[in-house]
Amino acid sequence: MQTHDLEKRFQEKIDAEIKIEPKDWMPDAYRKNLIRQISQHAHSEVVGMLPEGNWITRAPSLRRKLILMAKVQDEAGHGLYLYSAAETLGASRDDLVMDLLNGKAKYSSIFNYPTLTWADIGAIGWLVDGAAIMNQVMLTRTSYGPYARAMVRICKEESFHQRQGYEIMLTLAKGSPEQKAMAQDALDRWWWPSLMMFGPHDSESTHSEQSMKWKIKRKSNDELRQAFVDATVPQAELIGLKVPDPDLKWNEERGHYDFGEINWDEFWNVVKGHGPCNKQRLDTRRKAWEDGAWVREAAMAYAEKKAARRLQQSGEEAA
Amino acid sequence: MKKEWPLWEVFIRSKSGLHHKHVGSLHAADAEMAIEHARDVYTRRNEGVSIWVVESKYITASDPADADPLFEPAKDKVYRHPTFYNLPDEVKHM
Repeated sequence: MQTHDLEKRFQEKIDAEIKIEPKDWMPDAYRKNLIRQISQHAHSEVVGMLPEGNWITRAPSLRRKLILMAKVQDEAGHGLYLYSAAETLGASRDDLVMDLLNGKAKYSSIFNYPTLTWADIGAIGWLVDGAAIMNQVMLTRTSYGPYARAMVRICKEESFHQRQGYEIMLTLAKGSPEQKAMAQDALDRWWWPSLMMFGPHDSESTHSEQSMKWKIKRKSNDELRQAFVDATVPQAELIGLKVPDPDLKWNEERGHYDFGEINWDEFWNVVKGHGPCNKQRLDTRRKAWEDGAWVREAAMAYAEKKAARRLQQSGEEAA
Repeated sequence: MKKEWPLWEVFIRSKSGLHHKHVGSLHAADAEMAIEHARDVYTRRNEGVSIWVVESKYITASDPADADPLFEPAKDKVYRHPTFYNLPDEVKHM
């Protein structure tokens, strides 16, 4: 069959909402685009453990500490589901990790901001996971089967992340004036970076149009960002916190909140590696990878030795 | 020595009486480690009571290009389904 016939049939399947599975024919660009997107998503889960891990030893109670450990462990799990999905497309795990470590692959810029106070753990769960959920709920319907299935698992688990974060903010907002100020300060610092998580405006987004045609993405960056603002503003009001945007206003006609312009210089600056923690995050990941090398090698050597011994024993028994 | 741990497919029985069902994959040096990792990755919320792991390279899959010759023949055999048969209403359950 000619390539253009294959491409036509491929697009017909997409249009008919038939999922694409690993062994099905797919255009090279579809495969590459997915490997890029899924691996970056995986990297974000893994790097995302770092800002939160920062507070595990200093969580204010045993309850909070257990919750935070469970949440960070979930993020590791999410990274694994996603790496596995990328591997079904023929990517190798080590290559994907290397792309992260040598700076070739990106991860969500939000994790290049520091977690300065305990309230930041609340803000991350509520806002960062909240923004991620908007994107991930959409991706449960993405056209590539393994990616969609990974997303279903992730979304089931992610809901607890957002709720525990909001609960932290709620508790602080009801606390002493200092605690409330801490919650407000965290909201002030995390609000705009959270809006940036949805990426550039649709008009500026390089991969968007093709991704929509292939139903990898099903909603645009701006649509998702609007949905997040609409959902989150009332939640802030409910606990008496103020969203740091003077232009934020309910627009009766549109049925949506209007909101101010994002500082795109800051966005691109962080994407290009000049955020407050880019270097620290990558250094930490590189160190973990290098320090773990001997463990990976030893485990493999041990497994091979055991397998050889088993083979030898079964040979002796046969003889 | 630079070598990736092999890839394993993970199957979970969610409760006694049900089939093991494919849930995903992971890397592990051997079968024992694959089960331990599967426990951590795929059953953090009581999703299972039993785990199977098999190295991915041992799975043989049908070719999607053969889907028509493989599965088409079943499509026109409606008489294999109970609803194909018209029985008198008096026969309540059969």
